[in-house]
Amino acid sequence: MAQTISRSDSRGRVKPLRKRGKELPWPANLYQTAVGKKYIMALTGIGLLGFVVVHMIGNLHIYQGPLAVNDYGEALRDLGGNLVPRTFLLWTLRVGLTALFVLHIHSAWSLSRMSEASNERYQSKRNYIAANYASRTMRWTGPIILLFLLFHLADLTWGWWLGSTYVRGDIYHNVSESMGSIPVAIIYIIANVALAVHIYHGTWSLFQSLGVNNPHYNGARRGFAAGLSVLILVGNLSFPILVQTGLINENNRTTPIANSGDVLAPLSSSTVLEVGS
Amino acid sequence: MSNNLNLKLRIWRQDGPDAPGAFLDIEADDISRDASFLEMLDTVNERLLGDDIEPVNFPHDCREGICGTCGVVINGQAHGPEKATATCQLHMRKFRDGDEITIEPWRARSFPVIKDLVVDRSPLDRIIEAGGYITAPTGSAPDANDIPVPKDVAEASMDAAACIGCGACVAACPNSAAQLFTAAKLAHLNVLPQGQPERWKRTEAMVETMEEYFGTCTNHGECHEACPKEISLDFIAFMNRDYIKAKIKNRSLASQAR
Ligand code: FES
Repeated sequence: MAQTISRSDSRGRVKPLRKRGKELPWPANLYQTAVGKKYIMALTGIGLLGFVVVHMIGNLHIYQGPLAVNDYGEALRDLGGNLVPRTFLLWTLRVGLTALFVLHIHSAWSLSRMSEASNERYQSKRNYIAANYASRTMRWTGPIILLFLLFHLADLTWGWWLGSTYVRGDIYHNVSESMGSIPVAIIYIIANVALAVHIYHGTWSLFQSLGVNNPHYNGARRGFAAGLSVLILVGNLSFPILVQTGLINENNRTTPIANSGDVLAPLSSSTVLEVGS
Repeated sequence: MSNNLNLKLRIWRQDGPDAPGAFLDIEADDISRDASFLEMLDTVNERLLGDDIEPVNFPHDCREGICGTCGVVINGQAHGPEKATATCQLHMRKFRDGDEITIEPWRARSFPVIKDLVVDRSPLDRIIEAGGYITAPTGSAPDANDIPVPKDVAEASMDAAACIGCGACVAACPNSAAQLFTAAKLAHLNVLPQGQPERWKRTEAMVETMEEYFGTCTNHGECHEACPKEISLDFIAFMNRDYIKAKIKNRSLASQAR
């Protein structure tokens, strides 16, 4: 590069808050800088968004009745058919998702540490113009979603709270048992509102972070973010609400659109393995 | 002069970088509506001098919105309530009689207070030093229009070059990030043919110098709202894209050189 003023002369200069470390080989070096971390945060965000959308759509099988939703769960375990060992692809996806979560959370955490270290508090009240509720609560909605994720896994994947009422493989039963309790339904509702708020800012933000910017489409980015988060919100909220209103009901095993032929007697733990076979 | 304003000012006063600061309450009566914000401060300072009190230090130079020297936070907003306006171009007719006006310096860890409302913005100079230049042949003047520049590109470059480097983007940012400044300075050169030779080195150097001093962008958009030149957030997206490209290109360029 051309000659620059020597950086070693630091008399009276404002000192850098942090020093650049030794550069790692590509692509690990991307993760060493904030702009690179934002890029990773956006990419992992896209992956997680994909998961949230597919998860929500897959769960809509519950409206087709107990048989359909339990078959859907079985199909996930059977992903890849006979080409791979049973649950192999499911576990691959789970490991991949966990990696996405870890990177997303770690980049968010270290970036907010960096911003905090750069911040000097104003002594009078700030007057924000553009920052909205969603953008300013990302560091709150994020941890809420993480806590909810752990709760949700413990609830419906590991069956911790349901205890002996939890029947492995009978998704319909577990969902209606779990969300039939008012406090649990409230947790689901609050967490999904937080998720939608997080997704609203995250979706618009990821276009900026990835540098996907085209003046012809820029106006559509906010609308797309709003549409996506509303879609996810409505889909996900429908489950606790329908259970609470009794439209999804364990005792007569009904769902709004199920054919009577699909209605299946409750499974007991001993019959679970026959599902979908 | 019934048309004049009587204001209650709360002005930040601080003797030096390490001295503790505090707000000073000043009743500023009989301020002309036609005065600019800085002229209002001049009036206040004249009166303080008359009372043998040290005048309030505030940054200013051109007073016509082009130099980027002025800038204070007025009622929680960098450069005050009027959009696309530097403090020097803000006029007192935007305020009402009896208003309480709180005036604070820019605040960021890398903008230490020098005195009162004046902060040290030299970290922005460090970012420019890192790559805000081009290589041009010296000697006789080049022919005009020697290098064709498409009109759209020239306009984009001019839009970015409108940045006066006042630092309001950093002051307004909840993360104290200097993304809008750096993005404008980068795009100004990176879109032009003259900026191409150093494009990837410049991008990497300026972004990484920025990160030594400032916070990270969470896309709130406060910087754009505060910016007296309305620099677009699109330049930040452009910078992010160029940075990732630079990381890839510089790697392959380095391996070619080996
Ligand atoms: S004093 Fe020059 S821009 Fe305000």
